[in-house]
Amino acid sequence: MIVTLTVNGETHTASVAGWESLLSVLRNELGLPGSKDACEQGECGSCSVIFDGSLVCSCLVMVADCEAADVTTVEGLGSADELHPVQQAMLSTGAVQCGFCTPGFVVAGAHLFSENPNPETDEIREALSGNLCRCTGYGAILRAFEGLAAEPS
Amino acid sequence: MTTRDESPAGDTLVRTPVAGGIGESILRSDGVPKITGNFAFASDLYADAMLWGATLRSPYSHATITKLDVTPALAMAGVRAVLTAEDLPGRPTFGQEVQDQPVLSDGTVRYWGEPVAIVAADDKETARRAVRAIVIEYDQLTPLSDPEEAVAAGSIFKEARIRRGDRAASGDIVIEGRYEVGRQDQAPLGTEAGLAIPDGQGGVDLWATSQWVHIDHEQIYPCLDVAPDQVRCHPAGMGGAFGAREDISLQIHLCLLALRTGKPVKMEYDRGESFVGHVHRHPALLDFRHEADHHGKLVKVEARIVLDGGAYTHTTGSVLGNAAYFAVGPYNCDNVFVDAYGAKTNNPPAGAMRGFGVVQASFAEETQMDRIAEAAGVSPMEIRRRNALEAGDRMSTTGQVITGSLPTLEVLDQLDAIPLPDNAPVDDPRLLPGGTGLTSDVDSVRRGVGYALSIKNLAFSAGFDDYADARVVVTEAGAEVHTAAIEVGQGLISVCQQIARTVLGIENVAVIWDNTSQIGSAGSTSASRQTQMTGGAVEVAARELRERLLDQFDGDELDGQGIWHRGELVASLEEICSKGPVSNEVRFRHPETFASDENGQGDVHAGYGVAAHRAVVDVDPELGLVRVVRVDTAQDVGVALNPMSIIGQLEGGILQGVGLAVMEELVLDKGVIRNPTFTDYLLPTFLDAPAVEARLVEEPNDWGPFGAKGVGEPPTISSTPAVVAAIRAATNKPLTRVPVRPQDIALG
Repeated sequence: MIVTLTVNGETHTASVAGWESLLSVLRNELGLPGSKDACEQGECGSCSVIFDGSLVCSCLVMVADCEAADVTTVEGLGSADELHPVQQAMLSTGAVQCGFCTPGFVVAGAHLFSENPNPETDEIREALSGNLCRCTGYGAILRAFEGLAAEPS
Repeated sequence: MTTRDESPAGDTLVRTPVAGGIGESILRSDGVPKITGNFAFASDLYADAMLWGATLRSPYSHATITKLDVTPALAMAGVRAVLTAEDLPGRPTFGQEVQDQPVLSDGTVRYWGEPVAIVAADDKETARRAVRAIVIEYDQLTPLSDPEEAVAAGSIFKEARIRRGDRAASGDIVIEGRYEVGRQDQAPLGTEAGLAIPDGQGGVDLWATSQWVHIDHEQIYPCLDVAPDQVRCHPAGMGGAFGAREDISLQIHLCLLALRTGKPVKMEYDRGESFVGHVHRHPALLDFRHEADHHGKLVKVEARIVLDGGAYTHTTGSVLGNAAYFAVGPYNCDNVFVDAYGAKTNNPPAGAMRGFGVVQASFAEETQMDRIAEAAGVSPMEIRRRNALEAGDRMSTTGQVITGSLPTLEVLDQLDAIPLPDNAPVDDPRLLPGGTGLTSDVDSVRRGVGYALSIKNLAFSAGFDDYADARVVVTEAGAEVHTAAIEVGQGLISVCQQIARTVLGIENVAVIWDNTSQIGSAGSTSASRQTQMTGGAVEVAARELRERLLDQFDGDELDGQGIWHRGELVASLEEICSKGPVSNEVRFRHPETFASDENGQGDVHAGYGVAAHRAVVDVDPELGLVRVVRVDTAQDVGVALNPMSIIGQLEGGILQGVGLAVMEELVLDKGVIRNPTFTDYLLPTFLDAPAVEARLVEEPNDWGPFGAKGVGEPPTISSTPAVVAAIRAATNKPLTRVPVRPQDIALG
């Protein structure tokens, strides 16, 4: 089937199998491997994207449901030359180790701060509880987001 | 900024410190690609016209194959190859310590998920469908699932024993206990993945998830029946490891398919396949008997340890050795008797995981120490102080004199100095056991505090020729470090840069990952060893290169501009490199170790690190729910080369220890994993993560760059017993098994 969707502001028309996930199409068809595949059942958040304004696991979204959707992936949030504030904050506190969960945390963090620019610590922990990290113990990620939350919005 | 420019060898550098050298919390140079989604992990690799591989695995834990017909799969459009054991060109088995695991089943399957056939097809879905099209029939056999039964039947990979001192020695306090450690999975976020590209001349280049490309290489090329230099293993982007990638998973399969088809082949395990595709932490049964005098000082420790090694050897021999060598923990005791068995069963193979045998022993001996403290009427901290093993003492198990730094008492003091929160459980559903399920009532929640102390060997032991090769190059632009050491996320990339910068005085340092044909082995990224081993190689290579260049150009200083003599630049980097980059490659070895004798005695280890943990938990005793509030730690780090990286290792390691304490376990039924998904294998989330305060205890070691020690494993060792001790303090339940399950608290 043919699906037309907007990803990071760019319109794509892709020929896909209807049963494919949005994650699979992002990674394998649209050349956007930043969203990661770690569990394929919505438990780890490594594939987090913003889908029509909502934070979702792209492994759980069938691409057949993506007609006319507006999707933002990690690649759409910042670049090496112009990092998103969430990316800058995570780099500065050492919140990146292996980096596999990192794009998911960037997307979930950016979504959180777009809705609540000054979240409290427990709000940060709750908002990011759908993203698993196996390396950091979450400490450096929390420090990154607490620092960002303390900045004047 | 202060730097520590004095090496253990006493060679002192005097100069203005270069930015980004040792001691600074520099930001990792792979951070920007990782945070923008541009870093290429093994699962992101791509080649034109590449095929996808997939694996047929056994649905039984023990069976013989009675029929295997691949022709329906081969007949499918888009299927390029289907290989079984009959198609193997070379050695049909692999293994790191013993080559006993079939590359593809030899007609018998010995664990659930054992690979039987591999497929290459034009796309991933076709490959998966082709696997399902293979016709296969089995005769099921009775699986040997109980490791105790296996030991009784003589089905063991290895025995280890310690005999030291007087068996008749006795004490006033006698504590006996049986402990059990469940099967933990490393669960790195990135699953096993890789890409093999044939070179058109019978050879192959491989990029795959690995912790040690050279040991992969040793196991791969005999199975392909090609010359060693026809296989080149390249370090690939790693989504974590924690021991899971110390043994072969898909490497040989990828190379076989690429050579058979003549095309690039990619494989990527999904999470379910990852759970069977890599080794796990050894489950353990531990029977301990401690005798102590009435002050609580240890008189004798006797232990019997059974590790479940699963169906094939992998690193069971070494893990077993570690469990025996560290059965007493960081304590003095003159009389020690340990019998340890690595059971061979039809369970999934076990191997390396962070802590490597010490985790299991630590849970048992730390619980015993708490019970001795109670019997002696002293605090958990005091019992550990009274028995603390320090530099200059003899290891209780091996009798080896500890020659490096070992500031055990200082570690305990530093932990004690961290303020203990006196706040009671908070009446906020997000902060109570069970979380926003709103199941716990604050009035029934009890708080507990627990302590544990651990010791871990650093680097490889027992006579293994442990070395790391590294090459330092000065170029017109700065310097390069070449290594095949694997960066799994821990921050080796920064440590290499920092050491080279400090020694060379050159800020612009790039770390370049070489393949197995370009540089010698760096050894494994495991055993907490790379900071000391590859870091040590970089330090020596850079120091020798600097001295050589100063001699050559009659200079007295080197920096990013070039060579100086009495304040004048006498040769720029361009001039130094007029005939090309200058390089120095070294092979770094740590102090020699020796295999132990038949009684487990000898100078087995190259050094040790100690760590202490204090856990605070809130428990709902009726529901059996636990919230780990905080885990504070003090750890012996030698010298902190990158404090931020070290804190990251400590916090991350602690959470894996918390996971083993309260939630992480692969549950088996007759060898079949019942929970191979992230829905059912529970990993700690952000809401499960305790607050951590960490103190780094710096007492330079006698070897390793600038006195630094490896730090990766200790956080995962004593955090587990500390958390369980805290739950015990809150509930008064015995809790002799990890992970602690709700029923162990509510009904135990």
